[in-house]
Amino acid sequence: MAISQLIGASIKRREDPELVTGSGSFVDDLAQTAVVHMYVVRSTQAHARIAGIDTTRAREADGVLAIFTGKDLAADFQAPLPVTVCFVPEKKYPPQYPLATDKVRYVGEPVAIVLASSRTAAEDAAERLDVRYERLSPVVDIEGAIGKDAAILHDDVGSNLSFDVKRAAGDIEAAFAEAEVRISQRLQQQRLIPVAIEGRAVVADFKTFANTLTVWSSTQIPHFVKVWLAVILGIPETQVRVVAPDVGGGFGSKIHVYPEEILAAVASRRLGRPVKWIEERAENMRATTHGRSQIWDVEIAAKRDGTLLGLRVTQWLDLGAYCSQFGTFQVLGLLVAQGPYHLKAFEGRAIGVFTNRTPTDAYRGAGRPEATYLIERVIDLVAQETGVDPVAVRRLNFVRKEEQPFTSLLGLTYDSGDYTITLDKALQMVDYDGLRREQAEKRKQGIYLGIGLCTYLEICGLGPAAPTQAATGVSLWGMSVVRLHFTGKATAIIGSSPHGQGHETTFAQVVANVLGIPVGDVDIVHGDTAIGPMGMDTYGSRSTALDANAAHISATRVRDKAKKIAAHLLEAAEDDVVYENGKAFVKGAPSKAFTIQEIAMAAFQTNRLPKGMEGGLEATTFFDPENFVWPFGAHVCVVEVDGDTGAVRIRRYVAVDDCGTRINPMVVDGQLHGGIAQGIGQALYEEAVYDDEGQLKTGTLVDYMIASAPDLPSFELEATITPSPVNPLGVKGIGEAGTIASTPAVINAIVDALHPFGVKDVDMPASPEKVWRLMHKNGGSRP
Amino acid sequence: MRQKVAITVNGTRFEHEVEPRLLLVYYLREYAGLTGTHVGCDTSNCGACTVDLDGHSVKACTLLAVQADGAQVTTIEGLAKGTELHPLQQAFWDEHGLQCGYCTPGMIMAARQLLQRNANPTEAEIRSGLEGNLCRCTGYHNIVKAVQAAAKTMGAAADRESPAAVRAGGH
Repeated sequence: MAISQLIGASIKRREDPELVTGSGSFVDDLAQTAVVHMYVVRSTQAHARIAGIDTTRAREADGVLAIFTGKDLAADFQAPLPVTVCFVPEKKYPPQYPLATDKVRYVGEPVAIVLASSRTAAEDAAERLDVRYERLSPVVDIEGAIGKDAAILHDDVGSNLSFDVKRAAGDIEAAFAEAEVRISQRLQQQRLIPVAIEGRAVVADFKTFANTLTVWSSTQIPHFVKVWLAVILGIPETQVRVVAPDVGGGFGSKIHVYPEEILAAVASRRLGRPVKWIEERAENMRATTHGRSQIWDVEIAAKRDGTLLGLRVTQWLDLGAYCSQFGTFQVLGLLVAQGPYHLKAFEGRAIGVFTNRTPTDAYRGAGRPEATYLIERVIDLVAQETGVDPVAVRRLNFVRKEEQPFTSLLGLTYDSGDYTITLDKALQMVDYDGLRREQAEKRKQGIYLGIGLCTYLEICGLGPAAPTQAATGVSLWGMSVVRLHFTGKATAIIGSSPHGQGHETTFAQVVANVLGIPVGDVDIVHGDTAIGPMGMDTYGSRSTALDANAAHISATRVRDKAKKIAAHLLEAAEDDVVYENGKAFVKGAPSKAFTIQEIAMAAFQTNRLPKGMEGGLEATTFFDPENFVWPFGAHVCVVEVDGDTGAVRIRRYVAVDDCGTRINPMVVDGQLHGGIAQGIGQALYEEAVYDDEGQLKTGTLVDYMIASAPDLPSFELEATITPSPVNPLGVKGIGEAGTIASTPAVINAIVDALHPFGVKDVDMPASPEKVWRLMHKNGGSRP
Repeated sequence: MRQKVAITVNGTRFEHEVEPRLLLVYYLREYAGLTGTHVGCDTSNCGACTVDLDGHSVKACTLLAVQADGAQVTTIEGLAKGTELHPLQQAFWDEHGLQCGYCTPGMIMAARQLLQRNANPTEAEIRSGLEGNLCRCTGYHNIVKAVQAAAKTMGAAADRESPAAVRAGGH
């Protein structure tokens, strides 16, 4: 494969001029005429029976067109909200419909909708709606959910236990028998709120006589939403179109078909008018899925020299009030917990429970942050217990380059990687030995410097089709259509759509690179189900690994056809024709060339084509790779902990990431910056806190802390490039790697800083209070 | 009971009768038809709605439209001259200072005010000056770089025009 100047070029994003001038097209910015506004009345109770809903006074309010409760709309829904297999076919779960009918199960659950002539009229009317609740005991903690006295959320499930499954390999008893070191630790994965800065937003427009539905939604998955809207509403799929215009961030929180998308569509069908719903932040905090909310218990078997032998792991998952569509995806964490290390045996157990809290689902990294946190904390716990340096423990246990492609205990095959190269580079950048000397010096002065490492390996690029269908229930691949127009300009339709990742620029680089045309001659079209055959949308760091490769292959097939046409026009044998920089000519005779523009024109003058060749110049590709891709890297975080306040300051953050070929390094680094920041947010700042009544105490951005600029350092990034052997571009995903890597790096650094206090772990977020208490748990004694 | 307001937005004077409870941000979006100013929270934390009101940076979700009666408001749409981007817009583009772009208009408006107060800020001053604006995509790394780059070009431009302008930090 030729890597030209376009692959690896930090070309400025074509998306940006509209966005920096305020001309973006987010859902709420789209011009709509005669739109009806929808307000969603939500449960104020975590767990209660709905004794009655009195809509009389609300119906009398100014501007109200209609009010619908769950009972009113029951006949409109032909299926419940979808739930996918996601690693746990054994799970039990109840059907969930867009509106609660008999019971509410979390604060924020939709109970009724009010349709009115304006946003404010709808909200005013909603305040006059009277929902009478009969309180039930709320279930608000993971282990308590399956306790004897716990109230049951779903009578049809029978208990709050959705699943309790084992995934094991190797002789775990033998591993523990051989162990010289045994460590037990509980690790918390606190509940997080994704907080895309644009909340969700929907406009639904149903045309009564045409029986067509168009939905504009701030979503990561327009194609999935289209299919499910068709199924749930009983409209032929051909009559449903979903458009994801500019989308203001997703982070996994927009990978579902949500109740509000269905409700807006149903309301539009009932009223014969376009219906708009714009999520408010307070709703977003309660009604958009949350992330993590897990407890991981681990028992470690290791040798005195730091060699890992076996792990016994229990992953407790808080599903929230229902099983969300990809709600069990996080069990992937158990399957990849081995990381880049050798291990003789692994015994994993995943227990999923229902609680009266917002449903949890994928959040940036989804399973891999949890897995990486586990194994990277395990490495440091072993280092601490054995006294072997954490760098040495990592090197001792690493899967070696010559063992690639390596198959893990649970049967996953890593595509490529040399985990020492990123580690070496990161240690050199940060001057690891110098830092250790400085740390020893500073400790004498009562200054607590901590150095934390994370040498992650992650699986992404979902997927190949067969294993993703088996594991998740959805067959995943990449899609592109590359079409040359009469004038030689190209359009590429792609199956994934960005919400900040810069597809329009990077995908144009890929296509222009193959066709040898200016990058500005390639238009990238995405996020509209009416224009391409199908797409598998955007999550799991999959766009470049799947859809960009599909675009590369389509462009290559277009180029091959162009060469055939040129050979015909040149009256030459195809094998004698070369294609370079957008021109085809007979080898050695570049002066007599046909440009791609001339060839494209000929493709639409079918009389000029070889006999039997179809007109036009386009190709469609469904790309199904042979394996997932496995990016890896080494992150080093250097912190200083204030001995008086417990405050943690990140002094340096160094990251060396290997995501194979980098199409646009500027965009790759941007993904890493944001990812690292989000992972730091989990380590230091963010937590969704519920009280005993199941009320979200952190339901605004006043109480739920998103890092702002002064809370974060600048990041020092470098790269190594190990091309993936499983796709033609050699790329691996990078959208989630930063988040996966940074959380354990920060926590390892804090625990390292607190070493003199005998601290082995700190619960996230590592707030000043928690850190201070750990420093003072032995009466404040310092070394 | 509607109230009459006259607000000049990006040099155009608008007169409307509005509900007293109407927030300035919805006035700008729904009455002035300028959708570049975004709503990201209900609590004045995110800063996506930042605009300039009579020379002050304000969060347009925290102000009623009636409070802006008689004011001069500049929104993100008021910065570029035709297709010539404001140096901050150019710098955000050049430095990859945005991803999804939702927070960007507010971020740029806040940065503009910051540079008006301090034409040559340090990294720490930039970070603290943007504390009221949240971005979930960039980790702020390239936003800081963009503001530094803009400070440089704006300083150079001001230098060419008049040395006094540098001290005033104007653009």
